[in-house]
Amino acid sequence: MEEWNGTALQPLLDAAQRQNRRVSALVLAQQAAEQEQPPQALCRQMEQRYAVMCRSVADGCAPNLKSTSGLTGGEAARLQAAVQAGRTLTGPVLSGALYRALAASGANAAMGRIVAAPTAGSCGILPAALLTMQAEHGCPGQACVEALFTAGAVGMVIAHRASLAGAQGGCQAECGSACAMAAAAIVELAGGTPRMIGDAVAIALKNMLGLVCDPVAGLVEIPCIKRNAAGVANAFVAAELALAGVGSAIPPDEVIDAMKQVGDAMPQSLKETACGGLAATPTGQALRRRVFGE
Amino acid sequence: MNIFDVVGPVMIGPSSSHTAGAARLGLVARALLGSPPCRAEMTLYGSFAKTYQGHGTDKALIAGVLGLTPDDPRLRLAAQLARERGVEVILHTAQDSALHPNTVRIALADDGGHTVQMVGSSIGGGAIRVSAVNGIPVCLGCGQATLLVLHRDVPGAIATVTETVAANRQNIGGFRLSRQQKGRQAIMTIEMDGAVDPQLERQVAALPPVIQAILLQPV
Repeated sequence: MEEWNGTALQPLLDAAQRQNRRVSALVLAQQAAEQEQPPQALCRQMEQRYAVMCRSVADGCAPNLKSTSGLTGGEAARLQAAVQAGRTLTGPVLSGALYRALAASGANAAMGRIVAAPTAGSCGILPAALLTMQAEHGCPGQACVEALFTAGAVGMVIAHRASLAGAQGGCQAECGSACAMAAAAIVELAGGTPRMIGDAVAIALKNMLGLVCDPVAGLVEIPCIKRNAAGVANAFVAAELALAGVGSAIPPDEVIDAMKQVGDAMPQSLKETACGGLAATPTGQALRRRVFGE
Repeated sequence: MNIFDVVGPVMIGPSSSHTAGAARLGLVARALLGSPPCRAEMTLYGSFAKTYQGHGTDKALIAGVLGLTPDDPRLRLAAQLARERGVEVILHTAQDSALHPNTVRIALADDGGHTVQMVGSSIGGGAIRVSAVNGIPVCLGCGQATLLVLHRDVPGAIATVTETVAANRQNIGGFRLSRQQKGRQAIMTIEMDGAVDPQLERQVAALPPVIQAILLQPV
């Protein structure tokens, strides 16, 4: 499988299916060969990243958390309290994933230590998905670390065929990509087939297609933090559908190409320039003046 | 492609370009100076100038200049740390539409009177590009070990330097030459694969046409 070059997802999924191996195992082998390092070294490095992810979720649950700008903070604590008190509409899996996404994302806005996955603005989605699979479905921590290799492969293909940057592709490139990566990880953790992983990636990305990057005051806070919650919810939606055998009519690599096209067609005002969308609303403008005192 | 560029980097938030990239630019400037600075003057352009407070770009730049990596939690307190270490920090903002939107000009000085001036940009996802060193245009990615060689623009200079690199069994992955004026001074930018022995810097610095050699480890 060393010949997989990260330019398309389908060959990786086909190889995993053919060899009856997990996608994460193939990705680990390919990366070990490419980086000329033993697989154990890469696993250790990934364990450290997962530990930072877990820590960022814990840090982000602090009730007194405030972002550097003062615009946001404490969202995760409020939702966590509701979940722990049993006041949840959607049950512990989804609501648990939501508060964890808010937490890591809130920690990021407060200048906490996070793992960009794939970016800082979308850093809540993957930790929320994995930690929720661990806490609510009893997946071992080691399996979550391995699933990060599957998620990473999805991110690498998106980086190659499209972009992971909001400035280039809008929020679909950041939260959309994180969501597709998380969906792949969830399906692998739930014991889904490589084909189901591909379906989940395609469905997740399809549901985020066209999402613009319009941060208020240009800061990674409004609406980014809540879009991380929406992103992990969508990852579970995509995984649930795929695991039940609901496939995607459009294969994942083609959805990624569509994302690239949509991103290219998006006006500059909606690609991280803080000139359009929510950033351009009267309240968005007022918040910007409040932060920067203009 | 490295999977840890996608699941990573580990960094202090909130922005890979405005925070992590800025810290890396500070680190490169410090490495170019080659000693702890006592004075740092930084001019922010474009989006850096507009949003630095909300993104902690200033703190990240100072942190880098002080030698802190982008994942060091002390990044938040970098301004205070600079005061404790007696490092004078001067911050300006300016506009120059010809520059990349996330650009900074950093001028550092140490106690011994050494100075360095650098222009660099944060080009997305924490990746950076250094476009000028001491006024000479360069193109540094800083993701791999890079040897910067300031030398007199004379015949044979490149051969002399690359022979020394070859004698160290070092494979060159990228090479660029930039000069301001024919026959004056020029800069070689030599990117190398894998780990590079720090003694290569001294060996190259001792070569006749070479004025200064700086080995930048990946940051």
